[in-house]
Amino acid sequence: MWKTILRRLLIMIPQIILLSVLVFILAKSLPGDALTGMLDPSVDPSMLQEQREKLGLNNPWHIQYWDWITKAVQGDFGQSFRFKMPVMDLIGQRINNTIWLSLVTLVLTYLIAIPLGIISGRYHDTWGDRIITGYTYLGFAAPLFIFALLMLWIFGFHFQMFPTGGSVAPGLAPGTFDYMVSKIYHLLLPALSMALITTVSTVQYLRSEIIDIKQKDFVLLARAKGASESRVYTHHILRNSLLPIAAFFGFEITGLIGGTVFIEYIFSYPGMGQLFLNSILIRDFSVVTALVLLYGIASILGSLISDIILGIVDPRIRIK
Amino acid sequence: MNDDLLSIKNLSTSFRISDQWYAAVDNLSLTVKRNEILAIVGESGSGKSALAFSIMGLHTRARMEGEIYYQGQNLAAMSPAELDRLRGNEISMIFQDPLSALNPLMIIGEQIEEVLLLHESKQTASPKKSRKHRKEQAIELLQKVGIPRPEHAYGQYPHELSGGMRQRVVIAIAIANQPKLLIADEPTTALDVTIQLQILELIRRLKEDMAAGIILITHDLGVVAEMADRVAVMYAGQIVEIASIYTLMKNAKHPYTRSLMSSLPTVNDEGAKLHVIHGVVPSLKHLPRQGCRFRSRIPWIDESKHEADPQLHEVEPGHYVRCTCYKDFHFLDY
Repeated sequence: MWKTILRRLLIMIPQIILLSVLVFILAKSLPGDALTGMLDPSVDPSMLQEQREKLGLNNPWHIQYWDWITKAVQGDFGQSFRFKMPVMDLIGQRINNTIWLSLVTLVLTYLIAIPLGIISGRYHDTWGDRIITGYTYLGFAAPLFIFALLMLWIFGFHFQMFPTGGSVAPGLAPGTFDYMVSKIYHLLLPALSMALITTVSTVQYLRSEIIDIKQKDFVLLARAKGASESRVYTHHILRNSLLPIAAFFGFEITGLIGGTVFIEYIFSYPGMGQLFLNSILIRDFSVVTALVLLYGIASILGSLISDIILGIVDPRIRIK
Repeated sequence: MNDDLLSIKNLSTSFRISDQWYAAVDNLSLTVKRNEILAIVGESGSGKSALAFSIMGLHTRARMEGEIYYQGQNLAAMSPAELDRLRGNEISMIFQDPLSALNPLMIIGEQIEEVLLLHESKQTASPKKSRKHRKEQAIELLQKVGIPRPEHAYGQYPHELSGGMRQRVVIAIAIANQPKLLIADEPTTALDVTIQLQILELIRRLKEDMAAGIILITHDLGVVAEMADRVAVMYAGQIVEIASIYTLMKNAKHPYTRSLMSSLPTVNDEGAKLHVIHGVVPSLKHLPRQGCRFRSRIPWIDESKHEADPQLHEVEPGHYVRCTCYKDFHFLDY
């Protein structure tokens, strides 16, 4: 097992290097640079050239890349042009918000998916199943950002049950109980909006796994042993159908990244996703590259987590 | 005392195909005695497995009519809980495909212990003690079915064992509680010939040890000749001939039985052409519901020779044949 994990970790190194090169080249090939976004149009172009030369923006890409990556591994992603502070500090302020949002979303996703998937799979072709399947189709069809806007309008604006922006009410001291409550309160609506949409693929997945597993021979054998229907489900069908769901957990993280970018923007939630979109708009490259790299590493970690989980729960893959 | 362990009366098991019910087992009656191996023979699609599943109550989406008396109790009318007390305990089943019959996520020992646990009497000693006892029993069973190093196999997962070994585990599960009725659904189909012999030997020994009634489902006439006391030949959901093995081997009557037997290769006439049964078993949807069901496969026999509503006729004591067409049946010359 440890050997497998070690091998997977080693594979990550070239993956991340390749990722960093790609991220850097893509960022460089976008039109404009930090200076075009920052200065007002009346500035003399020769002065701009001078600045570019000074900042090293005219060097060949591999030299620029080397400058960037050697600093990056030391945790220095440069300065944000807009916020005038180190990128790492900027991300540090927001990363917690995003992690919390993702965690709550993940928990809600599984809280919704597991019971719905089980009901839908166990009683398939009944009305309950049809209603749940109908919901999953809606979830697949509805774009997240439109659904989130709808949720924001209904529960935030119309019923005023939830705040419509921010991550915490102003004027509360960090660490107090009220502060925590306020944090969670601000989290709930964005997390729920995202979970309701992202969960549908898990519901469908679990449903089809259960329908598939419940006609396997070993399930018949369990019945032939005299196991009651509920025991057949808990001991045989569910264990086997939850396996791929557990393994999918890591990839769920990748999905969350895309989701949080939209959700944070719509709910004005100060996380990395909101920072990311804003930074793209004003060409704040040092922030964009750092965030893309971070997101990329999170995805790679996600698939590593998936592999490890699968290796733990599935004896057929477990390597001794 | 009545010697019948199992007595099936007018059993029909139907499946729904696009809003129509089709009987895979059609008005079938038979009995199994204690200490007897009854072989059920037939081609794929003849309803053998559907019959086995009906006895075990394993059909989830079928409609069952008729009665299945096991020691006087009607299995077909039992509640799931009542049935669960018998299944795996007094009545058990060996499945066809050992590769898929075991839960891939459970160790072998746990899978054997499950069936012991489910039928353990509630008054046994402390849970810890009974757990230890179950483990001993499981290892003993593994030894009994001929698994080398049973203590080691106890902790292995199914994928770590070969097909033959897995089938032994499936058998160990089936015999764990010393059933009185054992249904073996093509227990050797998925196995190599050498392993087949060992498994069959094992089943026969179990019959002698436990004096159980065994229903052996197979399409292998060689297996039948080797193992069975009585044989029921099934075609298209019905029994077309039933007799003791000696009678059937010497004096098979029904065209289907005779065709099956003559399509077996023999060592003696090497180079001779094998008999081939004309046509295929009609699918469930296209079964002829009236008249002799085998008539489409012996088209050279005159229609008038078949009965309009073929019944089982007793041609000698204990030997029944369906339809009168057997009297005029002859093979086609090639």
